[in-house]
Amino acid sequence: MRYRFDAEDGNNAFITIVRDAEYKEGGVLSGIPVAVKDNISTKGIPTTCGSKILEGYVPPYDAHAVAMIKEAGAVIVGKTNMDEFGMGTTTENSAYFPTTNPCDRTCVPGGSSGGSAAAIASDMVPMALGSDTGGSIRCPAAFCGIVGLKPTYGRVSRFGLIAYSNSLEQIGPMAKNVTDVSKLMEVISKPDIYDSTAYNRPYVHTPSAQIKGKKIAVPKEYFGEGVDDKVADCVRGAISKLEEMGAEIIDCSIPSMKYALAAYYVTCTSEASSNLSRFDGVRFGPKVEMKRSWHDEYRDYRGERFGEEVQRRILLGTFALSAGYYGKYYAKAQVARSNIRNDFLRVLNEADLIAGPTMPNTAFKIGEKSSNPLEMYLADILTVPANLAGVPAISVPCGKVGGMPVGLQIIGRHFDEESVVDAAFAYEQEVN
Amino acid sequence: MSDSNSGCGCGCGDGKGCAGAAKPSEKDVKDLKVIIGLEIHCQLNTKTKLFCGCSADFRDDAPNTHVCPICLGLPGALPKLNKQAVIYALKVAKALNLEISEVSEFSRKNYFYPDLPKGYQISQYDKPIALRGKMTVDDDEGHEKVIRITRIHLEEDPGRLVHKISRDRAGYTLVDYNRSSIPLIEIVTEPDLSSPKEARRFLNKLRATLEYLDVFDGEKEGSIRVDANISLEGHNRVECKNISSYKGVEKALTFEITRQRNLIRRGQEIVQETRHFLEGRGITTGSRSKEDENDYRYFPEPDLKPLRVKDWADKIELPELPDAKRERFMSQYKISVNHAKTLVGDIKVADFYEGILKNPAISKETELAATWVCDTLLGELYYRDMKIDAVPRECFADLVALLKDKKVTDKVAVDVLRAMLDDIHEGRKCAMPSETVEKSGLGKGSDDEFTEIIKKVVAANPQAVADYHSGKGNAINFIVGQIMKETKGRADPKSLNKLIVDYIASME
Amino acid sequence: MVSEEEVESIAKLADITIEKEKLAGFTSRFNDILEYFDILDQVAPDETTKDDLYNVLREDEVMPSLTQEEALVNSGETEEGYIKSPKVM
Repeated sequence: MRYRFDAEDGNNAFITIVRDAEYKEGGVLSGIPVAVKDNISTKGIPTTCGSKILEGYVPPYDAHAVAMIKEAGAVIVGKTNMDEFGMGTTTENSAYFPTTNPCDRTCVPGGSSGGSAAAIASDMVPMALGSDTGGSIRCPAAFCGIVGLKPTYGRVSRFGLIAYSNSLEQIGPMAKNVTDVSKLMEVISKPDIYDSTAYNRPYVHTPSAQIKGKKIAVPKEYFGEGVDDKVADCVRGAISKLEEMGAEIIDCSIPSMKYALAAYYVTCTSEASSNLSRFDGVRFGPKVEMKRSWHDEYRDYRGERFGEEVQRRILLGTFALSAGYYGKYYAKAQVARSNIRNDFLRVLNEADLIAGPTMPNTAFKIGEKSSNPLEMYLADILTVPANLAGVPAISVPCGKVGGMPVGLQIIGRHFDEESVVDAAFAYEQEVN
Repeated sequence: MSDSNSGCGCGCGDGKGCAGAAKPSEKDVKDLKVIIGLEIHCQLNTKTKLFCGCSADFRDDAPNTHVCPICLGLPGALPKLNKQAVIYALKVAKALNLEISEVSEFSRKNYFYPDLPKGYQISQYDKPIALRGKMTVDDDEGHEKVIRITRIHLEEDPGRLVHKISRDRAGYTLVDYNRSSIPLIEIVTEPDLSSPKEARRFLNKLRATLEYLDVFDGEKEGSIRVDANISLEGHNRVECKNISSYKGVEKALTFEITRQRNLIRRGQEIVQETRHFLEGRGITTGSRSKEDENDYRYFPEPDLKPLRVKDWADKIELPELPDAKRERFMSQYKISVNHAKTLVGDIKVADFYEGILKNPAISKETELAATWVCDTLLGELYYRDMKIDAVPRECFADLVALLKDKKVTDKVAVDVLRAMLDDIHEGRKCAMPSETVEKSGLGKGSDDEFTEIIKKVVAANPQAVADYHSGKGNAINFIVGQIMKETKGRADPKSLNKLIVDYIASME
Repeated sequence: MVSEEEVESIAKLADITIEKEKLAGFTSRFNDILEYFDILDQVAPDETTKDDLYNVLREDEVMPSLTQEEALVNSGETEEGYIKSPKVM
């Protein structure tokens, strides 16, 4: 079947739009236009990762998640903008153009899956695929007022997801509401033989508003230094609502949170420094010059085509893995990561779920933070722990502060997306 | 690998401060012990590549036709480990007496080169599949010695580069990724080898062992590559990379030892460095400056999960290996140790030998068969660059039967064998030796037949007879030679000798 | 603290050219981040969790490869089925 995609892209949500698309009739997503983040491989459709280094690259194969949504009848209507290789929290690091927030076009949509979030929030598509390495689905979901789920590490195949940080990231569903997120999750979590880190535990679930008797832990660190008071109040209000609905709220602490950002950035930059080595202009991407020898051409090629933030992260990772520094950075980060995982397991042994804000703030103004990378990294403090621990986490809208959306983050046990989705669904049903 | 870089080797008991101050004596230099360790990379003969399902049988095919998103390193592709490669590595580990690791893990070795599509090689680093093994080898005096194996690990092969010069004289490189991700095992030895010849024997035995295990085909071009660490006792170590043949290892090491000895003679320090072996010229060259020394930034491969395969190794049943086969051949067939060693040195030769013994006509002729395989057949095959598989076993068994029944002389048997191999080599049908002998009348003649010829030759060479009478025993040999010529080798020299002496005696 | 020279040598190891005029700013931000990473010095080892997924393997069965045309379609330059790259010698 053919599908004509006429929606106007007022927020620069897409890098590539497929106006005239084909789809297979009959599946659970039959005829539904779905946007795909531009770091997820789509056979025959350019896939750039928001980078000049992949300009013109057309994958000869589909990512597993893409193959699954096609099989379910989805129409792939385009590839959404993102921070280059997923490295950012605002989508301003796209090598092509920034995406604006449909709620306020002077604000960023969040990142790195900002294009997918903006496409949904502006009603261009009802659902989209994003990817989440340290919050890249949940942050833009919170900033744009939509729902986004980062699955348990290993629940969705990463095959075809252009790697930024392999041990942390997952492809995940984004949509206007929890029901659609759940529906899309069911499709993309189908087993895959090509991802050795996937567990083949498909998610088959219909959301039900079950919250009564659930124990929800609220870590004090999620309301600590750096979290905007109004955002904190807004999220506390949402958690009170869950309590009113019958959930049992308990206080808790995750002491290893203080290492989370450093552990996250050391790990992701280390892996990225290796993952991004393959972009050499030989087998794909804009072609490398042949005038000088390999290293000379290659150095300049990468110096010119990678954006500054990507270069910074490659250099940080190269440094963290280099002789004499591996023990201080990479090895220590893995210890910290294990501590964080253990803390989460401990809390989730007592409680069914963990709740807190998704982001410490509402969406920034465009350009507000782009000059200071460390300040930007600090914005990820509430999202990276779930990636480090490998647990599922959802962001569901829970009100507005200063006219901008705020996200409630609900985190669950490994492979218990079902409880996470049900809690988000219960909240959504209650407030709408 | 070796820790031979302390001291100056001149016997002064000093550190490096003395090097260059005094030139060591020639005897000292000659007596310096040679210390060699090897890192051997062997391609495993699995059907598919290490991390994808592309066929590993690429050698006769066009470039870039055995590739997929995984082995081309396309963005988003992920590796999936080949189970057979793991089993093959375990077989090798078990055969070489290594301890299988409880948990082993893959790591990324990061470096940039166009033959490496991902910009890193998936290899094993601090958690290899197996550690600490050993294999014996004969030293230069023929005594068996133990060579310790440090470790075995699995890794992927890079692609293949072809270097080109364009018309404007600028160079460029062409890349074929068919070889990319072919499974390799790297076998690392301790620095226990003491001479280039010993190193070569070690490699030959290793190759034989891998072929016994049916995990490796040493005849495929580029299927083995060796890096050798070499030092002279008390001096710095040099790593020779890029050696891609068995012969090359011996050559490279011999060249290096001479080079290092010469430097020491002149009182110069050996620079610890990586050198490349240029196979064509038989020399090594220092190629990398300090600045280019790589920092590989190993870290655990996040796209693969660990291996826990220790208990798999217990279930693997090894075939009979060269040492055991040699012992069995010696006791079962009562053949000499040298013949046994030669036969078991290549599983195909060993199988050929046992194959021909299945022929009831010669099944008891174990020594005769071993002699003819080892001392004649192998040399004739080598001369023609032929493989033993090409020789029909029934034909060779028939030849041995002729010898057993004394129907042909050794000389005729060699001629028949040569003709037989030439036929095979040139694609003709190979006839049964007994038929060839019958047809062309090459069968050993009777004494009566030769008596006539002896009469004729003796009559034609009175001088030789006179010499014989004057006590020159050699004179008979001349007559024997003449008769051999006349009979095209059909006569047996020994009995001929007796016939001639008897005849000359009867003349008086 | 790393110096500009050290950043340059890391850039060389990473095979990325950093323009001279950007080096000072780059180094200063680099140091801010490294300083933040120092918190990891305080981490004490906890019990490590055993990986619950292992021996993820595939059978040694041949799967179809790409055609040569598909394999070369994204590459910059090709010659007789080979992919061209800058010289390495």
